[in-house]
Amino acid sequence: MSTLTAFARAQAVAFGQAQPIATVRHLHVHEHPLILIPLAMAGEANAPLAALIGTDRSAPRLLVVAQPRNRDDRFAFFAALAEILVPYLDSFATETEDVPVDRGKDVRQRYVDAPQLWVPNPGGVDFLRMLGRSTRFRTTDGEYPVPAGVPLLGRWLTFFAGTAEIPGSCLLLNAVQALGLHWATGQSSAEDAQLGVQLAWIESGAEAAREAENGPVAGPATDPEFDNRVLAPLIERSAPELPGVLRDLLLPTWERMWRVLDLLRRLPVGERVASRWTSDKDAFTAFTQYVADGGAPQPRRDGAVAAAARLQRLENAAARYAVQRAFDDPLVLAEYRLTGAAFAGTVTLANPDRVDDSGKRPVLRPRIMVRTTEEVRVEPGTSLTSPARPAQKAKVISVSPAGDGRDVLLELSGGMGRKLVAEPGSVPQVGERLVLTTLSEAYRPGGTLPDPAETPWTHGGPPSIEPDLQ
Amino acid sequence: MQSTRLDQLRGPGRAKRHNARTIAALTGNPGCARRAVLDAAGVDKVKLAERVGFPGSFGQSRFALSRGNAFEAMLKADDCALLRSVLGAASSLSYQDLGADSDDTLGNRHDRTVELLADARAALIDHPLLTLDVAGQTVYLEPDLIAYAHRGRLQVVEIKSFAIVDGQADSAKVSAAAVQAAVYVLALRSLLERLGQDPSLVDHEVVLVCPENFSLSPVAVKLDVRKQLSTLRRQLSRLASVASLIDALPEGITFDLALPAEELTVALGHIEPRYAPECLSTCELSVYCRNEAAGSTAVLGRPVREALGGIETVDEVLALADGSRSPTEEQAEAAALLRAALRLRSEALS
Repeated sequence: MSTLTAFARAQAVAFGQAQPIATVRHLHVHEHPLILIPLAMAGEANAPLAALIGTDRSAPRLLVVAQPRNRDDRFAFFAALAEILVPYLDSFATETEDVPVDRGKDVRQRYVDAPQLWVPNPGGVDFLRMLGRSTRFRTTDGEYPVPAGVPLLGRWLTFFAGTAEIPGSCLLLNAVQALGLHWATGQSSAEDAQLGVQLAWIESGAEAAREAENGPVAGPATDPEFDNRVLAPLIERSAPELPGVLRDLLLPTWERMWRVLDLLRRLPVGERVASRWTSDKDAFTAFTQYVADGGAPQPRRDGAVAAAARLQRLENAAARYAVQRAFDDPLVLAEYRLTGAAFAGTVTLANPDRVDDSGKRPVLRPRIMVRTTEEVRVEPGTSLTSPARPAQKAKVISVSPAGDGRDVLLELSGGMGRKLVAEPGSVPQVGERLVLTTLSEAYRPGGTLPDPAETPWTHGGPPSIEPDLQ
Repeated sequence: MQSTRLDQLRGPGRAKRHNARTIAALTGNPGCARRAVLDAAGVDKVKLAERVGFPGSFGQSRFALSRGNAFEAMLKADDCALLRSVLGAASSLSYQDLGADSDDTLGNRHDRTVELLADARAALIDHPLLTLDVAGQTVYLEPDLIAYAHRGRLQVVEIKSFAIVDGQADSAKVSAAAVQAAVYVLALRSLLERLGQDPSLVDHEVVLVCPENFSLSPVAVKLDVRKQLSTLRRQLSRLASVASLIDALPEGITFDLALPAEELTVALGHIEPRYAPECLSTCELSVYCRNEAAGSTAVLGRPVREALGGIETVDEVLALADGSRSPTEEQAEAAALLRAALRLRSEALS
């Protein structure tokens, strides 16, 4: 918990209302998202009880497993879910665009848009991951055949659950985290996990939030009281009113999900959100292709090399996401200013035409002096970046005390054109206010990993091919 | 003497007994005197919370219970045939269930447990009755466990109904099971110690028997609970002696549930609580305590409180930030940070 966010929570308590912790939206919110509210059967290993699903706010579809312990009922549910989900996904696998690769020497195809799924909370994401695990290895023939579409559903759900782990990916989002990224409530993060309460803090305030605590749960776990008093008798006598009861239970959450989208859409979108959504479109395109080529179900567990590669991707994505959010949003950047990883100041001197001719070839190296009253925790020699000019590097030459603050002398390189005279506007002018930070968007190459067949014995040796696909 | 004082605190109601879950919860927040005293006196906290107007829901779903029972029954059917096979135990191993007794003969059952465990021959001993010293008090534990005695050692076997899928299970459930199992290991060890035997005969590896993947077929996994054991030991030793807490209470204080709510609230006010958001999932009285602690930074959780420099109340945080209150010497650093936080937030949001 950063001090800035913690402080926002304290303010939320004092004002009785959630406080913003972002000035822009850091997520891509799709025009036609698919909302899915899963409900699980208590006690069973990830057995579904019901789901409210759809792309139309006024027409949610309810899927119910009348007898949750009945295998056929369960797989009929999966088949029905596949019949809604797969056509929605397919509707994006139509129009493609050309993307230059290899410095324009080649092109590849990418779908112009990708689907977006929303669930209420992180528990919903976990539930989908387990649904994927329990369905992707099934086969439509053999001893225990399942309806067509079920194994495909499993592959897709596994894909979406996998992308949800990637920081900044917006293919599968959950409302609780999406709200928590933009607002701080006046309660603990554990209590924020209840969507109805968290949303009430944002929409109405503390009092409404307290009342919402007794409202219906957003799943996937049901309330034990509800199980014992309402659900158990209905299931025991196979009551025809079961679907109606479940629909009433889920509808408030359905309404809230759309209100969450409304709230988020009202925020101006961050500049770098589109580029992350492009990565999502790439991922969707690649997996669509994999499925179309008859790709096998994802393995139960990653092998050593695949796991290391995945970890590296996740780490890179996390670093990139953190930097991009800070560059897009002054309030996020302020967190770094508070810890000394960034500072704001005003340009007091500028020498935009300075040329360094000590090397073989003369190079343009303007220098600027920035006066700041904030903490500067950087050593001379450090490279800094300003979100206003992300392509430009500013090397710290010296930091010296001045007045009630410090003078920081910086030498600039990059982002000024190719000539020995800087392009207009590319060098900060005297009087300009700047924020400089140690964060950088520069590409970080990852380590190289061996071929899976070359996995060293320290990591279990080359993986054996999984013989059984249960 | 002590027990009459406890009876007085509880009132005429029947005492709630400790179990591994309550001990785990107690050690999860060892600074909470309120919970320590109420649990020692065996006060029904669910009813108490209801009486003072802050009911919580701490029920368990019938579906979860029935699946758990079905799984256990399946393992124990045919003289524990399935349990033996999943443990890799010989079919000649004797099985004894001590849980068949009625609850009124605790001492008797405990004696028989001691007797059986004393000569730890190869056996499966179900529902043993153990004791543990908690906050200066000896409490009976009725663990839902099987002590698996083999090769001269004792191993705790816990049957749980959450699934292990591809070698992984819900981490919250596994860690709860590990803490509970550690309570049992500790109790078994203290029992052996009293019998003059080597306590390390009780294995620090416990066996968890759970359904595998999406079926009901069982799988046994070993869990090393050494870390939980040392945490538990440290926290049990930190639990302030309940006796001294009780002695410090004014005469005549009681949590007799027949009393009017106002008097119960006054009585609760005499014992210091330590509320944290984690209480919401472990303590029946938590909603009451949360309401009582409103306005403190502790309500927002430990990470938030720490990020705010450990300042006690929200009002103080905001007053230090806007300079309307001058910091004490220890608060100087926190106040500077809070002032900067307010300045940065105002600048970005203006």
